[in-house]
Amino acid sequence: MASLVIRNLRAAIDGKSILHGIDLQVGAGEVHAIMGPNGSGKSTLGYVLAGREDYEVTGGEVLFDGQDLLAMEPEARAAAGVFLAFQAPVELPGVGNANFMRTAVNAVRRARGEPELDAVTFLKLARAEAKRLAMPEDMLKRNVNVGFSGGEKKRNEILQMGLLRPRLAILDETDSGLDIDALRIVAEGVNALRGPDFSALVITHHQRLLNNLVPDRVHVLLGGRIVRSGGPELARELEATGYAAAQAA
Amino acid sequence: MPAVEETLETVRTATQTGYKWGFETDVEMDLAPKGLSEDTIRLISERKGEPEWLLAWRLKAYAAWLQMEEPHWAKVEHPPIDYQGIHYYAAPKRKSGPKSLDEVDPELLAMYEKLGIPLRERAILAGVEGADGEDRLPVAVDAVFDSVSVATTFQNTLRKAGVIFCPISEAVREHPELVARYLGSVVPAGDNFFAALNSAVFTDGSFVYIPKGVRCPMELSTYFRINARNTGQFERTLIIAEAGSYVSYLEGCTAPMRDENQLHAAVVELVAMDDAQIKYSTVQNWYPGDAAGRGGIYNFVTKRGACRGARSRISWTQVETGSAITWKYPSCILQGDESVGEFYSVAVTNNHQQADTGTKMIHIGRNTRSTIVSKGISAGHSNNTYRGLVRVQPKASGARNYTQCDSLLIGDQCGAHTVPYIESRNPTAKVEHEATTSKIADDQLFYCRQRGLSEEDAVNLIVNGFCKDVLKELPMEFAVEAQKLLAVSLEGSVG
Repeated sequence: MASLVIRNLRAAIDGKSILHGIDLQVGAGEVHAIMGPNGSGKSTLGYVLAGREDYEVTGGEVLFDGQDLLAMEPEARAAAGVFLAFQAPVELPGVGNANFMRTAVNAVRRARGEPELDAVTFLKLARAEAKRLAMPEDMLKRNVNVGFSGGEKKRNEILQMGLLRPRLAILDETDSGLDIDALRIVAEGVNALRGPDFSALVITHHQRLLNNLVPDRVHVLLGGRIVRSGGPELARELEATGYAAAQAA
Repeated sequence: MPAVEETLETVRTATQTGYKWGFETDVEMDLAPKGLSEDTIRLISERKGEPEWLLAWRLKAYAAWLQMEEPHWAKVEHPPIDYQGIHYYAAPKRKSGPKSLDEVDPELLAMYEKLGIPLRERAILAGVEGADGEDRLPVAVDAVFDSVSVATTFQNTLRKAGVIFCPISEAVREHPELVARYLGSVVPAGDNFFAALNSAVFTDGSFVYIPKGVRCPMELSTYFRINARNTGQFERTLIIAEAGSYVSYLEGCTAPMRDENQLHAAVVELVAMDDAQIKYSTVQNWYPGDAAGRGGIYNFVTKRGACRGARSRISWTQVETGSAITWKYPSCILQGDESVGEFYSVAVTNNHQQADTGTKMIHIGRNTRSTIVSKGISAGHSNNTYRGLVRVQPKASGARNYTQCDSLLIGDQCGAHTVPYIESRNPTAKVEHEATTSKIADDQLFYCRQRGLSEEDAVNLIVNGFCKDVLKELPMEFAVEAQKLLAVSLEGSVG
């Protein structure tokens, strides 16, 4: 059974239509890449799936493991296992990173009927995860994303993903602004989660992330529609010929 | 519906259900007739068994008050206050003062239990001598109910350390020389309209004296509760820290829910001698009125500390969530060389609450330092103003001040205002002022919710982050209480 089914999804913001009928199926355990130029609707798709309220769904449906995802509050989607790695992670002044993550992890555990983690247990987990992502430990003590460099913010998203262990991760241009080493670390962070219970939508401009994070399927999003789909080789083709050619083909 | 609007919606419903402390206690009362006159003052003084000098002092204050006008410079609005429509004295009836908690009206004790006041010291007072102060850090409590103090705990332990902690009316009888020497020495009887009124009619409050070199062995705490209808509460607190001593004092306040407004006009005076330190913390949760702005306490308070000695230190920490109107400027007079004044404040306003609060730091001595950290949170239709004065006198060479004022807005119907006054008359002084205004942004809420937090928890997390610099100044137990209070004040029950 496919874990994510999107049928004829239409969405608008401020009355302006952005998504014009998206059809997409991501099976359990699959990683799909969504590629496309700026303004094609990639981030909108991520926000709509996560439940951002500024976006109005004007048609279609989304099923996540058979559940009507669009009817759920953002926090209920998170509890069901949907995770969005933000393109521009948000700063929370005065809120400690470790405290924030523990609050999030425990909120999700509570919603799933699992026991909450105490501070000591959680900190051990968080430290191990941070180490794996080559993040300095003091990033756990700093305030959420405040004063973080662009690369640190992206890694912090991957750290949260690792701790929240989602079933569907949506990575919104997590690769942009990362150097080669950081890119590899992020890709490894996602690869570590890969398994029958984890699927991902990787939104990106560039093919280079996909060298390390090899997708099962690649889709081209243009003007609010998926215009082409294919295997990993499609990403390389796009890199060589550009999006306009993809649409013509 | 966008997230912020939804937050607004929950904020709108907050205080209808949010004020848990709105119960009324049924206790037989001894009430003075309504209205203010020389006779009322004589009656109060007589009921308290006061000496002649204190009555004279009160009458002088009353005469001064008659010549004064209610101040209107603060950014608050209210209908005229009928000073003749208030009872100036209300006391639970009893034959004589309680010797222990056992003699206190059980209704009162039940009320304090509802408030969560640690009157567990009851057991100790009831006969388990010497059992106090072992495993947990004890807090000595003075509980003030309307016009009188009903119970002060841990008296014995404190006495052994030489600390005096008792109702001020008792101090007038037992330690008249101390009271006469310091009463009105920081806030003179004619200081301002509300201080003059308090001086004329104050009924009770706490008195603290820490002798030379003594570190007070426990936190001291006073809980104030207004209960009777149409009464004003005019408490007076006086804390004296002799050279080299230390005390941490906590103050908490509640009142029942009433349609009409009630007046609260307190005066607090602190005196710190050489190397002494006073830490004064307040969690103010007077009834704020309902969502439509009906009822609530008018809180007009004068708080001032004098750093008389060299290297003395006074810090005010306040979390203000209650009252329909808050008019309050805890101040420090930095007279001793190298003395230090601090003011840490969180003021929350919701619905139709109005807060005009801040501090005054008066630098007189050399190398005096002051720090001001003010966090204002406005929601609903409320108005929140920081008003602060930093004055450096000509002889205060090397004086330093750092001020940080941050405002957080929830919704677009509320207001935040910052009014700093800076007067520097010494060229070597350094005064810094930083101010920010921000809103809880939709993207912050969405970010938290995407991680699984409910909207309510998200607002709590963001607000607590905003207040962190102030909350960390509170004693541990109080900090926890303050966090809960912030949550209740801002949200009520979401869902």
